[in-house]
Amino acid sequence: MPYLDVREVHKTFASRRGSTHVLGGATLAMEDAEFVAIVGYSGSGKTTLVSLIAGLIRADRGEIALDGALVTGPGPERGIVFQQYSLLPWMTVRQNVGLAVDAVDAGQPAADRRRRTEELIALVNLTAAADKRPSQLSGGMRQRVAVARGLAMRPKVLLMDEPFSALDALTRATLQDELLRVWTERRSAVVLVTNDVDEAILLADRIYPMTPGPGAVLGPPIDVSLPRPRQRRHLSLEPAYQKARRQIVDFLRAGRRPAV
Amino acid sequence: MTSSRASRLVLPLLGVALVLVVWTAISQTVAPDLPSPAKTWTESRRYVLEPFFKDGEMNQGILRLAFYSLVRVAKGYALALAIGTPVGFLLGLSRTFREAFDPIIQFLRPISPLAWLPLGLVIFRQSEPAAIFTIALCAMWPTVINTAVGVRSISQDYLNVGRVLRLPRRTMLAKIIVPASLPYVFTGYRLSLGLAWLVIVASEMLTGAPGVGGFLWQEYNSLVYSHIILSVVTIGAIGFLLDRLMGAVEQRFKIV
Repeated sequence: MPYLDVREVHKTFASRRGSTHVLGGATLAMEDAEFVAIVGYSGSGKTTLVSLIAGLIRADRGEIALDGALVTGPGPERGIVFQQYSLLPWMTVRQNVGLAVDAVDAGQPAADRRRRTEELIALVNLTAAADKRPSQLSGGMRQRVAVARGLAMRPKVLLMDEPFSALDALTRATLQDELLRVWTERRSAVVLVTNDVDEAILLADRIYPMTPGPGAVLGPPIDVSLPRPRQRRHLSLEPAYQKARRQIVDFLRAGRRPAV
Repeated sequence: MTSSRASRLVLPLLGVALVLVVWTAISQTVAPDLPSPAKTWTESRRYVLEPFFKDGEMNQGILRLAFYSLVRVAKGYALALAIGTPVGFLLGLSRTFREAFDPIIQFLRPISPLAWLPLGLVIFRQSEPAAIFTIALCAMWPTVINTAVGVRSISQDYLNVGRVLRLPRRTMLAKIIVPASLPYVFTGYRLSLGLAWLVIVASEMLTGAPGVGGFLWQEYNSLVYSHIILSVVTIGAIGFLLDRLMGAVEQRFKIV
């Protein structure tokens, strides 16, 4: 049984104006310490899939299990970096990260929790801004806080929902490199959702393309056989890079309806 | 820049002057009992220039009278917040509570202070607690309703953070629900204070307690009409200042 096992999940949202069939049996399997990306067009149902894995919403059909335990609700073992970061605006950086540390390490002495909070803030290079509130931070800094908070949850798998989509290209590249560095140090399981094919290839071991909705499913995973550590500068010249890119783009194009 | 600053100063003064002219005209023509602005000033100047003198229970400087009223309002207002805030949170948080009490609240809300006061007198048998009871009951509703709306409009994103962290209910309240709804709560507090001040006149008129409202009613009965105008202007000025004060407090709690 895989570490994270998403089996044939279906999800339909009902509203007064009718129902939207978002996921039509998405399946994903990954091992511990693996970095998996889900790539698809905007609006295809990626966020819905992440919310299902996070346990924030329930699937209509199908099952999700992590490390042998069925997912029945949200929990820190499936830590999440939200698309809009969802930092609490009335708290400083330290308090935002500390909230997660205090919740997850509740049994440990206060001094240990404080130290861990500071370590996480240092890990994302925000020590100088620890006493600032989110409104005083740039988009890139907010994103870093969200990552630190996600890591504070000691997740068995870290879920990242388009974490870089709200950033400008330069900041995005910097943060991708930082994420790569942090992940190389820790090697925990990560599910990254993105609409950026190059971002997925740079970061992930395997990539699941998602068909455009309604009733989206995941295509067969594509292996990225690029050695680590990866250097963004030379990457696009590698045959393995071009092969992965072609496979993903072909799959996404084939699933796209002509009208779109 | 200069022209806008000038107009910001000149136009309100022009407005005041126009009101004084209309007031004078009315007092000279259709309402001869209404004191003119000049007469109002002459008869009121001692109350304004020596705002804290005290000659008797009802014959006191206007700020001394206003102080009595403010103390009374403060008590009623404090009671309104002490009851209204938790009730608002319960309404926002609990569906059961909302379904049980929302109809009653919608029913009680439009009842005038004039209706509550006699009931307060029946319950407490004394005018002071009855006045405070009336102020509290009338001023409570904006706090109740704004708090409930504030709790219900908390962004799902913030709640999801708490859910993922599996925060205990108490932590969820203290760290997420209360701070997220504070801006609404303080809007409720500001509106409640305005209402509390509005009610003071009615309650003092009926109980005859010393204060601006009591003074107003007494001077009406003693036919010193200029002092009615003095009281009205004082009530307006204090109400305006209170609103500004609460507006400043409210701004501090806005989420930036």
